[in-house]
Amino acid sequence: MSVRRLHETQPESFAFTAENIEWSKGQIAKYPEGRQASAVIPLLWQAQKQEGWLSEPAIRYIADMLDMPYMRAMEVATFYTMFNLSPVGEHFVQLCGTTPCWLRGADDLKAVCRNVIGEQGDITEDGKLSWLEVECLGACVNAPMVQINDDFYEDLTADSFEKLLADLRQGNEVTTGPQNSRRGSEPEGGLTVLKGDI
Amino acid sequence: MSDRIKLTVDGVTVEVEPGSTILQACEEAGAEIPRFCYHERLSVAGNCRMCLVEVERAPKPVASCAAPVAPDMVVNTQTDSVKAAREGVMEFLLINHPLDCPICDQGGECDLQDQALGYGIDASRFDDNKRAVEDKQMGPLVKTIMTRCIHCTRCVRFSTEVAGVPEIGAIGRGEDMEITTYLEASLDSELSGNVIDLCPVGALTSKPYAYTARPWELKKTETIDVMDAVGSNIRVDMRGREAMRILPRNHDDVNEEWLSDKSRFVWDGLNTQRLDRPYVRRDGKLSAASWDDAFALIAEKINGKADKLAAIAGDLVCAEGQFALKSLMDTLGSPNLDCRQDGAKLSGPRANYLFNSSIAGIEDADALLIIGSNPRLEAPVLNARIRKRWTMGNFPIAVIGEPADLTYDAETIGAGADTLNDMVAGKHAFADVLKNAARPMIVLGQGALSSADGASVLAAAIALAEASGAVSDDWNGFNLLHTAAARVAGLDLGLLPGEGGRDVAAILDGAQSGEIETVVLYGADEIAGAALGDAFVIYIGSHGDRGAHRADVILPSAAYTEKQAIYVNTEGRPQMAERAAFPPGEAREDWKIFRALSEHLDAKLDFDTVEALRVKMFEVAPHLSQLDQIAPAGAPQAPEAGKAETSVFASPVEDFYFTNPIARASATMADCAKAKQERAPKAEGTGTHG
Repeated sequence: MSVRRLHETQPESFAFTAENIEWSKGQIAKYPEGRQASAVIPLLWQAQKQEGWLSEPAIRYIADMLDMPYMRAMEVATFYTMFNLSPVGEHFVQLCGTTPCWLRGADDLKAVCRNVIGEQGDITEDGKLSWLEVECLGACVNAPMVQINDDFYEDLTADSFEKLLADLRQGNEVTTGPQNSRRGSEPEGGLTVLKGDI
Repeated sequence: MSDRIKLTVDGVTVEVEPGSTILQACEEAGAEIPRFCYHERLSVAGNCRMCLVEVERAPKPVASCAAPVAPDMVVNTQTDSVKAAREGVMEFLLINHPLDCPICDQGGECDLQDQALGYGIDASRFDDNKRAVEDKQMGPLVKTIMTRCIHCTRCVRFSTEVAGVPEIGAIGRGEDMEITTYLEASLDSELSGNVIDLCPVGALTSKPYAYTARPWELKKTETIDVMDAVGSNIRVDMRGREAMRILPRNHDDVNEEWLSDKSRFVWDGLNTQRLDRPYVRRDGKLSAASWDDAFALIAEKINGKADKLAAIAGDLVCAEGQFALKSLMDTLGSPNLDCRQDGAKLSGPRANYLFNSSIAGIEDADALLIIGSNPRLEAPVLNARIRKRWTMGNFPIAVIGEPADLTYDAETIGAGADTLNDMVAGKHAFADVLKNAARPMIVLGQGALSSADGASVLAAAIALAEASGAVSDDWNGFNLLHTAAARVAGLDLGLLPGEGGRDVAAILDGAQSGEIETVVLYGADEIAGAALGDAFVIYIGSHGDRGAHRADVILPSAAYTEKQAIYVNTEGRPQMAERAAFPPGEAREDWKIFRALSEHLDAKLDFDTVEALRVKMFEVAPHLSQLDQIAPAGAPQAPEAGKAETSVFASPVEDFYFTNPIARASATMADCAKAKQERAPKAEGTGTHG
């Protein structure tokens, strides 16, 4: 992890869509009167979902909504790496580089990212892709893996990853989960034990 | 007492209140515990781990600041394992702390430096580069060198809890955590300078004091502040003749250990714009003169015309000087004397003009009505005390006056006299709140008293206090919040118009019409020069400010750090200010000027020393001799007055940083005012907009 700063160019303003305002009211209602600041993480997350990233006006907007000091909302937004403080591509690749994935070839995937997209944080010119190395995403059994937006793509190789990125870019249908023939986290090549009736 | 908890610390048995922390018990037992994040006036963070102690039957060392005591606990603070644990903590702290003590302003008074002496090891076992952090902008008062920060979060907790302006925070996390304000805005609190004292390292230091002096080369004088009427206890640090900085001293009943920014950073005003010799106006121009020339000219104007003489005492002057002025006016036979230069209609027994519940007493109150005052600007430290009471809960607060952000929830129930009259008549919902409170409190500000119907407002407020049970045998909740450090002493000593005498407004009228020919302005700088008409003006004061600009004769006197003198704060607490330096040049202590002048006016005052003066002064006001004690003032008595009518009670403090001549002479205060202006939201379409 490195020092995280707000993006240097910020939009003029931020506002939730009418739908999101309704949704936010539901979140705030979960907490007792006077404790509405507890809803800061879901609301920041929703703002990020709406815009793809979290801008400074968005942080202020949510702090105002929850009647909390701007600084308190800023602390939360900068603490959690799940909040993107800079714009990301339409397909935002979070690449796991922690030991199990690394042992299974995460470095190859990083090389693909560098070739196809560029350095970490860069967005491709068409705005489709950007990537970031993250810590363990908890799918070690299917290492190496990446998360793209809300989905995991597992058991990747440099080739399958490159194809995946190309498909996403072109808007082709892709399958989530393991990218080889494996089903979930079952053994590769089919079951080895417990094959028949017991 | 049986409900107290008994435990053993280093073999010493102590009893503490239930709910105390181990650290408090250790202090009770006389064991010193090193700490960085813990501060007794802030919430417990428990993040520096320096206060580790060993508790028997506990598997690991315990952070004593955050662990509560339990009966029969056995605590050891001096064992080898405790020392090893603290050395480990210190080693971690020093991984990233730069070794720049020789160029650090905190050097010599740094907690980290001091504790490294006890728990530091001589070399580091870490070879990696130290962390480097970008410095943050925090305004004209607080200088930041954030690489030195050890993340104790004292500043964050102070601004959130005590100052009530939650503007400092910690962004990022872990090694990348950084202390900053939102988008590096300059600090917006009137108490922001306190984070400098709280910072245990050199991350937050004083910007105006930066690189000017080392603590061990300064002469330290413990004295009293006069920037507001709180009477904060301060320490003035001098190098030679020059004031280098001002720090707060602890006084639990007055300022705790906080100090307002104006009191703390005004010192450069003590070194500039000073009047260091007498001046006389000749052909429309002020030119330097000798004391004798100046006195001779005054004698020429006054002798034989004492009935056309008037005197006004200002906001920063001491009790001794005011007593000498009063004695002189009495001897000359002039009744035209007033110490209320803002025109506040204060009179009657002492209880009418004191903060009767005392500042510490705010914590005992259970409902508060503020009338015509903005305590955040008029007395920031006192405002912090109100906030402290408010954070304890069950403390409804209402304001009659201009709506303002006071750092706590206060309902503005009205703007002026109409609402006050309704309250007296019991027609307002908050009147019931006051009535139902066991210890209701009313704070009346100068803003409500300085208009023409001031006496009526005072009468109404006293009537309200009586009606709501704020004045009883064991509680006096009628409080007057003064803005001037000199005022209570002036009123105690009777610097008010004598029989047939004129008050400030009448003096100014007289000056316009020519009925008053000579006006003595004793440190009175808040009066517009034009208001004095063609009168001959004698200005006695320390700074070349409004009064001096209008004056025909200037007699230079001592500022508050240059004389041993008594000041009485808004509670009626007399405190002795000490001399940190001699007055500059030919300037003299105030009482000496009046004493010397009296001889030229054939009205010789019969005291030759300040001690002799005080003996006479204590005859008039015996309570002034009881330093640091509040003499009981009894119950306030409503003066005879008509119906209050003022529509809006406005606070007299328009610009917090420019309320008196010393502050106006200070470049730091000017910087603060500028920063505040820049911080204020800009109107659409003006200036550099778009």
